[in-house]
Amino acid sequence: MSFLSTLYSAYAEIFLLVMVSVILIADLFTSGRTKTVTYLLVQLTLLGCSLITVATHENSVAHLFNNMFVDDLMSDVLKLLSYLAVSMMLVYSRSYLLTRGLFSGEFLALTLFSLLGMMVMISASNFISLYLGLELLSLSLYAMVALQRDSATATEAAMKYFILGALASGLLLYGMSMLYGATGTLNVNGISAAIHHGVPNKALLVFGLVFIVAGLAFKMGAVPFHMWVPDVYQGAPTAMTMLIGTAPKLAVFAFVMRILVEGLQPLMIDWSGMLAILAVLSMAVGNISAIAQTNLKRMFAYSTIAHMGFLLIGILSGTIEGYGSAMFYAVIYVLMSLGGFGMIMLLSREGFEADNLTDFKGLNQRNPWLAFMMLLLMFSMAGVPPTVGFYAKFSVLNAAVQTGHIPLVIIAVLFSLIGAYYYLRIVKLMYFDAPESHERIYMQPDSSLLISINGLAVLGLGILPSTLMSVCAVSVQQSLLLH
Amino acid sequence: MILGFPLLSVAIWLPILFGVLVLATGNDRNAPMARYIALLGALLGFLVTIPLYTGFDKMTSAMQFVEMKNWIPRFNIHYHLGVDGISVLFILLNSFFTPLVVLAGWQVIEKRVAQYMAAFLIMSGIINGVFASLDAMLFYVFWEAMLIPMFIIIGVWGGPNRVYAAVKFFLYTLLGSLLMLVALLYLYLHSGGSFEILDYHQMSIPMTAQILVFIAFFMAFSVKVPMFPVHTWLPDAHVEAPTGGSVILAAIMLKVGAYGFIRFSMPIAPDASHSLAGVMITLSLIAVVYIGLVALTQSDMKKLVAYSSISHMGFVTLGFFIFNAYGMEGALLQMISHGFVAGALFLCIGVLYDRVHSRQIVDYGGVANKMPVFAAFFMLFAMANSGLPGTSGFVGEFIVIMGAVKANFWYAFMAASTLIFGAAYTLWMYKRVIFGAVANDHVAHLKDIGTREKIVFIVLAITVMGVGLYPLPFSEILHTSVNDLLVHLARSKL
Repeated sequence: MSFLSTLYSAYAEIFLLVMVSVILIADLFTSGRTKTVTYLLVQLTLLGCSLITVATHENSVAHLFNNMFVDDLMSDVLKLLSYLAVSMMLVYSRSYLLTRGLFSGEFLALTLFSLLGMMVMISASNFISLYLGLELLSLSLYAMVALQRDSATATEAAMKYFILGALASGLLLYGMSMLYGATGTLNVNGISAAIHHGVPNKALLVFGLVFIVAGLAFKMGAVPFHMWVPDVYQGAPTAMTMLIGTAPKLAVFAFVMRILVEGLQPLMIDWSGMLAILAVLSMAVGNISAIAQTNLKRMFAYSTIAHMGFLLIGILSGTIEGYGSAMFYAVIYVLMSLGGFGMIMLLSREGFEADNLTDFKGLNQRNPWLAFMMLLLMFSMAGVPPTVGFYAKFSVLNAAVQTGHIPLVIIAVLFSLIGAYYYLRIVKLMYFDAPESHERIYMQPDSSLLISINGLAVLGLGILPSTLMSVCAVSVQQSLLLH
Repeated sequence: MILGFPLLSVAIWLPILFGVLVLATGNDRNAPMARYIALLGALLGFLVTIPLYTGFDKMTSAMQFVEMKNWIPRFNIHYHLGVDGISVLFILLNSFFTPLVVLAGWQVIEKRVAQYMAAFLIMSGIINGVFASLDAMLFYVFWEAMLIPMFIIIGVWGGPNRVYAAVKFFLYTLLGSLLMLVALLYLYLHSGGSFEILDYHQMSIPMTAQILVFIAFFMAFSVKVPMFPVHTWLPDAHVEAPTGGSVILAAIMLKVGAYGFIRFSMPIAPDASHSLAGVMITLSLIAVVYIGLVALTQSDMKKLVAYSSISHMGFVTLGFFIFNAYGMEGALLQMISHGFVAGALFLCIGVLYDRVHSRQIVDYGGVANKMPVFAAFFMLFAMANSGLPGTSGFVGEFIVIMGAVKANFWYAFMAASTLIFGAAYTLWMYKRVIFGAVANDHVAHLKDIGTREKIVFIVLAITVMGVGLYPLPFSEILHTSVNDLLVHLARSKL
């Protein structure tokens, strides 16, 4: 028993792993094309994980497995939000995937494996475990993108994703090995301590940092390492795009926090400069390219790039307030993307993808409620109050102003004006234009309920943003101060 | 006044609540119900603002009807409402206009009636929020939120070029607002973590920062007013917007910009305001004279009134930046009067447009023969627009000109030219549209205004004449607040 109790903080991960195995086997013995049993098992697993994460929460920071694994408030909050995002993604995509014959046991298992990867990343406090988590996540995602074997675009997307992802992993590993060479440890806190005590070879350290930042930028999709994002977003089946574009961003945020903030805090001057360049380029390229897109998934890809630029501003402010605002931004971004991709899947039918901008023409006349939800999501992405997207931008900008990054703030503001244009265009298509088809929109009750909750959450959190903001701020604060 | 009753909150949320109710009536099968609920909501919305006037203490410039609650404690943002003599009048003006625009769109709007009515009600609540906010972030949220319903109104129910106009309107105003946000973040930092507008008024700020803050606010407010170089969105928006949209734009939204100057720019950065007053006065005079001339050449009635609005708003900013009691008070009266007059003129044009579906002056002529009652009302509002004594248009302009004489004779001279230009473009348009022989078949088949339209015009005619003959009920509310504002502006904050 004493051995098991040392694993206390990792119960959620262990439970998930066990359940994935159970689900893989159970899937073989349950018949039926709709996979209802497997699906329910997956949702129950996610529920179970949340209960375990809440139950095993402690007000202190716990280290496990020789300091490979850390459990703090930030990791618990991020994990809970990841469960929620994955669960929502499954609800949204079930009927979409069923009509395309992709709703298989493998899909569900891979989804859970990618979630496990995210959880490991979120809780990792050692370069090895960080890398393992990242690879588990990435490999699952590569396979999921390729799941639609007979689609040329999906296969192409998977190939691009895999090759560029592998390159990024290589960069990351190379950077990690340099840091190991300079400090003699792979432990995040150990590195921080070693740099504090003075490292003989600072050049090696900064060199390693450059590779790590480049690798991170690849995974985030920040410019100039963004090339894979539009192709993968567009090529992958929308459900997979939704998974790639949502929960993993929370894990990547944790990744950045663990490596740059906890591990390389002493090098902040170096990395905040690099992040500033990435942020400005991402906002510029993301927002400007998004204008030219006619495919909604591709537009969301560029908008993601721009959002990542905004998120980086919060991190490069280098204050606890800044990290908290970046976390808030990531959470809100995930919420909005879920809604955006969910909308595409709701409007899609068998043999028809509603991923062109023109498919949204006249939505207000076909279904005013859906149009209104999409309007809320779009204004939120554009950062117009009273939707929650505004507070995400506001808190990031506020953190940047507090640390004197005023030129950066003005650039960010101007690019978000450009960004507003393409979000407005969606609203314009939905409200001002006449519909091209009057075909009825068939919606599953579960996903149509979810999109309503999702849209109203964007508005409701905009009217009362205080709680979520505080949760993000407090969890970042606690995990940094207690270390 | 009933103590502790959150009047301002009710004035904000009641119309919004009714807007949601109207939306809930769904599609156009229930259009009559949507109309009646909307009218009820608008009337109730106006009724609840009346105690704001009757219970107002005229002797103090302090904020009244204050409500204060924590909203986002992390950033020290409060749900802080309150009105002084300046803002209370605009809340009344706004709530007064909502029932009128609901009535104006009663029959004309046939498609998506519920959404149309709801958009106006929600916007009415939001605009009340703009005028009542004492917390800068709360103000900002309302300020931006105001764009969404207007964007929809122009884009869905507007004219042929509505998409261009709606997007231009939105992006123009958003640009200014975002820079204001940066200024607010700076002030938050500088004040040590406060978003209270009244704290900003008392805070000393170095000159360079004052100028930058002033410019950022200027970007936001001058677009809304609109002032001379950034006015180009307004004619487009007005021309394409449906009648109700034009009325709210002209009567209320432009006032929001001017209100921003006296609530933010001037009291927060008084030294910058003084040193940049020359620029502001020049821009105002260009608006008065040049835009007045531009109005003269318009062939589209709505465009003409739109340009006339810009010209009249030039008076308002002129009045603010000559820093004397006449200028300020005259400007505020001008804002109120212009609200009534421009709103009424757009309604008149709407009446014609509903019948003939043209806004071109050449398509009309001899309307008086067919619509005598309408012609009489139109005459009154046209006269008010050209500043005839006895109408509301005269009072504001006259007092501003008096103030301008005190500041500099040439300012007054230039400004007074509007009495000629204004009369010229308004009355010339009036003559071409209303008088003469019946121009064509369309005009020959015109029917005079019905009861619903008559009610709207009678109400407006009474207010226009009322303000013109007896402006005291308005000016006495303003008086203390304006005086204290001027005292405040005279103190350096360096």
